[in-house]
Amino acid sequence: MADPAARLLIVDDNKVNRLLLSRNVQMQGHSAALAENGRVALDMLRREPFDLLLLDIEMPEMDGFAVLEQLKADPQLRDLPVIVTSSLEGLDNIVRCIGLGAEDYLHKPVNPVLLKARIGASLEKKRLRDQQKELVRRFATSEVAQDLQQSGFTLGGKRVHASVMFSDIRSFTALVESQPPEETIELLNTYYTLMFDAISSHGGVVNQMIGDGLMALFGAPLPLHDCASSAVAAALEMIELIEQFNLERSAAQKPTIRIGIGIATGEVVAGYTGTQQRATYTCIGDTVNLAARLEAHTKVAGCGILIDEDTQRALGDGVGTEALGAVPFKGKSTAVEIFAVAAGQTA
Amino acid sequence: MDESVIDKAVYAELEETTGAEFVADLVDTFLEEASGMLTELRRARAENHADHFRRAAHSLKSNSNTFGAVKLAALARELELKGLDADPARDTAALAALEIEYARAATALKDLRHG
Repeated sequence: MADPAARLLIVDDNKVNRLLLSRNVQMQGHSAALAENGRVALDMLRREPFDLLLLDIEMPEMDGFAVLEQLKADPQLRDLPVIVTSSLEGLDNIVRCIGLGAEDYLHKPVNPVLLKARIGASLEKKRLRDQQKELVRRFATSEVAQDLQQSGFTLGGKRVHASVMFSDIRSFTALVESQPPEETIELLNTYYTLMFDAISSHGGVVNQMIGDGLMALFGAPLPLHDCASSAVAAALEMIELIEQFNLERSAAQKPTIRIGIGIATGEVVAGYTGTQQRATYTCIGDTVNLAARLEAHTKVAGCGILIDEDTQRALGDGVGTEALGAVPFKGKSTAVEIFAVAAGQTA
Repeated sequence: MDESVIDKAVYAELEETTGAEFVADLVDTFLEEASGMLTELRRARAENHADHFRRAAHSLKSNSNTFGAVKLAALARELELKGLDADPARDTAALAALEIEYARAATALKDLRHG
């Protein structure tokens, strides 16, 4: 079984040990860089990428324990697998290394067969971890992935001030029925690419996609200055992008699409909901419900973007809005003042 | 050759896993480095520097084990674990014994390297 070649860093203050370990590693098909103490090793680790660290403990300037501590405190390096190779005696030293996050401990002189097995196992674990991180990145937003990495995963929410956006394609069902499914998927992929681009370029985060609809957050999980203006700016860009997209579709003799967007601003409860096994980052609260109602109401009102009063009040003079009066929404005890945002799209 | 100086099985295994030519070069490196470790042990004893003393003994032990220099490794290990002695004369005597054993091991390793 040949492992794919990896790049290792070998840290040992003793030249014979360095040469011997690097020979062993190279004979296993990996490449190795050498450092003679912990300080030099950390400099190298922060400069260039490595897959694995072989770490001696007893070293001048900075010993292996200090290296392990520094790696643990560094978000960029804390996932780097470390195999300690040392001739230090005493179980307490081994325990201390493992406690500080070392993957494994090998006594010197290191048995090459054992070394090969441990390197293989550590690299395999690293590959799995990298794969998992990649999956989290693909299925969650980078903001959620970052939040997960920094604060870990806990169910439960916190109250934040945010703007919530709902958007969907009008008459999507009729459109789906009029064309082959492959074309619908292609249309959705293009649509989502455009919408994601507009939303993220204004600091928003798409946190749900359901069929042709999406929900986006501005101000969670990471706080955003002036979330309402950002959400409306994103909405205007979305409409503009759809218009450009429609020009292409018309030219290709395909039906054009229109979207409706609802935005509400206020306090939301944001966090992870679900179970320990499967959870999603989401927002709940009145603001979320109102944004969904506003989006649905765009069909009734015949306009592209509808916003609530809190969003309208946070906007500067640059954005033209039209008061549409108070509308009684389902689930709301009092009628809600709503506003249309002037956009190019005609209903 | 006296088997108590170098454990030939250990040396042979090292050659087998890393190549005879590589081991010959590694022996040269060891002989260059080891004299520095012995000097360091003497200096640390004279300057009463416990940490340097322990570290030099630790390095010598580690490398001796690599080549199967079992007796040299045992003597170095004793110094590592015991550290500086309250009575410097005892360390001086131990260092003299260590140097004699090192000379034997060096000769044996040179022979093996050419063998």
